[in-house]
Formats: sequence, structure tokens, C-alpha cells
Amino acid sequence: MLDVTRIRQDFPILARRVHGKPLVYLDNAATTQKPRQVIEALVTYYSQHNANIHRGLHALAEEATAAYEGARERAARFLNAQTRGVVFTRNATEAINLFAQAWGRANLKPGDEILLTEMEHHSNLVPWQLVAQATGAQLRFAQITDDGRLEVERVRRVLTPKTKVVAFTLMSNVLGTITPAAELVRLAHAQGALVLVDGAQAVPHMPVDFAALGCDVLVASAHKMLGPTGVGVLAARPDLLESMEPFLGGGEMIADVQLTSATWNEVPWKFEAGTPHIGGVIAFGEALAYLERLGMANVRQHAMDLTRYALERLAAVPGIMLYGPRDVVQRGGAVSFNLEGLHPHDVGTVLDGEGVAVRAGHHCAKPLMRRLGVAATVRASFYLYNTREEVDRLVEALRAAQAFFNRPVRSAA
Amino acid sequence: MLDQLDELYRDVILDHFKASAHRGEAPGASFRAEGHNPLCGDDLTFTATMKDGRFGQVRFTGKGCAISQATASMFSAQLEGKTVEQTGRLIRAMKALMQGETLEASVDLGDLEALAGVRKFPVRIKCAALSWNAIEQGLQNLHQSRAEGSRP
Repeated sequence: MLDVTRIRQDFPILARRVHGKPLVYLDNAATTQKPRQVIEALVTYYSQHNANIHRGLHALAEEATAAYEGARERAARFLNAQTRGVVFTRNATEAINLFAQAWGRANLKPGDEILLTEMEHHSNLVPWQLVAQATGAQLRFAQITDDGRLEVERVRRVLTPKTKVVAFTLMSNVLGTITPAAELVRLAHAQGALVLVDGAQAVPHMPVDFAALGCDVLVASAHKMLGPTGVGVLAARPDLLESMEPFLGGGEMIADVQLTSATWNEVPWKFEAGTPHIGGVIAFGEALAYLERLGMANVRQHAMDLTRYALERLAAVPGIMLYGPRDVVQRGGAVSFNLEGLHPHDVGTVLDGEGVAVRAGHHCAKPLMRRLGVAATVRASFYLYNTREEVDRLVEALRAAQAFFNRPVRSAA
Repeated sequence: MLDQLDELYRDVILDHFKASAHRGEAPGASFRAEGHNPLCGDDLTFTATMKDGRFGQVRFTGKGCAISQATASMFSAQLEGKTVEQTGRLIRAMKALMQGETLEASVDLGDLEALAGVRKFPVRIKCAALSWNAIEQGLQNLHQSRAEGSRP
């Protein structure tokens, strides 16, 4: 069990008032708030250790390098991946682009197939569209069920010997759906396909074990798990990384450079061209330490308890349409819904007026919106500092929105 | 905040949103304009009859938030009977209203005046602007097709 009252004291922003009301922050699938330990790590780095890494001979450079590489070791431990397989990127999007380009351009050819699902975030869709256009490979899609689940059987149906890579989310950012990843990895590997798992939503909210999943690549995003923006993680099999050509060229990623040629540094540095977000990576290490102290199993338990409560309370709101699985074992804490007759943007504006921050829109998943037959949804997404009282505030605000828009109005005509 | 919400969603806006007299297609329309906001998925299509350079009947179809749909309804009402030149003035006046600038005294906004509250919600301005951006584009297309059609 999480001691949420105590946890909340670590997050300065949760004491804020918005439009005169205490902030209820339910937009965690977009980005999470930061505990003071993470904020202080940034301040400490810039006020005590700031230097470029891997190249200075002075004390500060050594301190910065040790802290940066320490964060890599912690990230590897957190994901149960090998340290040599952990590459820091700008974000999860860049991590997917890195693999799609560096692996895909060299290994895909006309006739090959890339298998995705209908519920991918644009970040796990558009990079594959680009590489498909560049290589002549075809995109294939596994369909989801009407309640937003990904059944193994439906993936099996579209998986063929032509499938060279399978990429799917471990937890939908719109529906919360948790996919049967380990089973899908086995299926894909049996066909000889590589597997990229998009963990941007799952890694912050549940225990994720790279080795146990058995996938070839796993990506995550620091800012969705208490860390700063500007840091993403690509965890991959080191031998796979070694077999790949670089994604970006520049400093740090080289072993030797001549005027017309260069040789590459070892992995993972081969994929970290240029000065990275050093302070951000170090602060991300603090975010991981924070999550380790709480225990990811406890974080997941809290999400299930809160999501179960939220689904019960929301289902009782008249005229609500809830999307995604109802069983909290099969889903995380991102809950999408619509109110009859009201557009999500209008609902979001009234909720904001009540101090309740949610996302209203297509959530960077337009194909999924079309599959659901809607232009947009309202999405409330929870994290480890959210409470049942905040769910109550959300429900009250939704009823306030309904009362506001359904009020009798004078006729203009 | 509630005051500001009341300003944003005035009764006249909700009334146009829920029961617009201008929703539909204008029979025998010679003018057509479409607006699409890919960020929020809002869609608008205006159709209108035109005679002697003036708008006759103006109708709209589409889906979207209360602001975008109510604006389309109020804009349709305001366009009827206007010349292309008057429409340009109306569009300039609406842009000025969103910027909080003083309006040309000669432009009658009618119900559209109710949109003054939108400027306090910068992210919602694009919802209202979808209507006049669509009409502006539609008039440009009309102008171009006439220019092309009149070539010898």
C-alpha cells in the first residue's frame, strides 16, 4: 500500500490552486508531476557538478560522467536489461525512430511486413510509415476488440513469415489496455520477427521486466514517470544494437574520425551522438530511485484500486460512454470517456474551471479514434499521488459540466 | 472562473449550438466552403446561394465543440444578404474581436458579439476562427475559379 498523504508532500505542485480551486491533476498519461527529489537533483547537478561528460579530465567532468552512467545502470536495473543495452534519447518517440531507422532501413525490403496494432500512439505508427516508405515494406495491423483489448488470436491471424518486425504498446495511452506482450513476443519470435514494445505508458505504472518479456527493444519516457522532459530510454539486446548502423552522427558516437570516414564507438554510446540531456538523465535516475523505494508492485496496486473506484463512479454518471476494458487487471489508469451531447473540449474547459486537469482530444491516436467512431475523448489518467477524493472531484465536475451545458437558455431566434 | 465560463458559453451561444436555424445545406448553392481543424477533429461545410455578388441563403453542416458549431450558425446568419466586400469587413472585425482590438464602427456583428468572451480562452480561439477561415478560403477559391473561367 502507498502512503499517498506522505507521497503528496513530495510534490510541490500539488499544493497549487487553479482558478481558485485545489488542483486535481489527472493528466498523468501526458506527463506526470515531479517530486522535490527530482527537482533537487536538477538543481544540484547545475549548481555543483555541471560539466560535459566522457571527455573532460577535470573533477567536474568525472563527477558528471559518473552520475550520468550511474543513471544508466539504475535504468538497466529498473527494467532488468543490460547496461550496455540502455540508450538515452530525447524521448520515447526518438527511441522508436532510432530503431525504426537504424534497424529498419538496413533490414527491410519490398515484400517485408511491419506489424502494428490499431491502437498505437502516433509515435509508434508514423516512424514505421516513414521506414515503410523508404524501404518498400508493407504495414499490417492487428485489430482490437470493441472493448479495446488486443487478443493474441487476432495478432496470430496477421502474423506471417513476411513479418519482420512487430511493434505494439504494452499499455494504451487512450484505453489503458494492457496487451499480452510476453505471449505476443513468443509468437513473433516463432515467425522470426523482431519485437519492439512501446512501454511509454506501462513502465511508469507497473513492473516491466525486459528480460522476462523477451522482446528485442523496449522504449520508455522519463517525463511520464516523475522524471524531466527531454529524456527517453531505449533498452535493447546489446548484440542487436551492435549489429545496427548509427542513427545520428556526431561527437561521442565515434571511435575515430578521418576527413571522409569514421568508425563507431561501442554500444550504447554509438547511439548517443552529441551532448545529451545530462542533468535530465541524472534527475531521471532520482525518479527511478523514488519509484524503487515505493515499489512498482505497490504503484500498480494503487493504480488498480483507484481505477476500479473511478470506473464505478464514472459508470454512474448519466449519459457517459466509457471506452476500454472494464476489468482493472487488464488495464492501467488512463480512462477515456465522453458525455452524451457534449464535445470533449467543452467538457475539458469546464473541468479546468473546477481545477480538474484532464486531456481532451485525440491523444495522438487518430486511427484509434476512428476505430472507436469518435473525433475525440475526455481522458482522466491517474498516478501514484492521486486519491479517491480527487476521483470524487472529477465526478462532481462532470456533473457540473452537464448542468452547465444543459441549463435552459433563452432562444436567440 | 464561473463568470468567465458564463462569458465563454453565453446563452446565445448554447442556443445556436443546440438548435441552429442554419444547420443543413442550402438548396441550389453556388458557394461552398470547408473548414477542418485536424488538431481537434472539428469539421465545417458552408453552402450558400449567391446572386449579384451577395450571399443569399447560408447553411452549414459539421461537427465539433459548442464554440465551433455555434460560431458557424451565427456566422451563417450574419452572412445572409452580405456582399463579398462586406463579408471581408465582417471577417476583419471578427479577427479584431479575438485580438481585443477596437472594431470598425460600421460593422454589425449581431449575435457574433457573444464571442467576445472567447478571447480569454486562447486555446479556444481556433474553434471560433474555423468559420471565418473557411469562408475566407471559400471566397478566395471562388475568386480564382472566376478568374480562370473568364480567361479567353
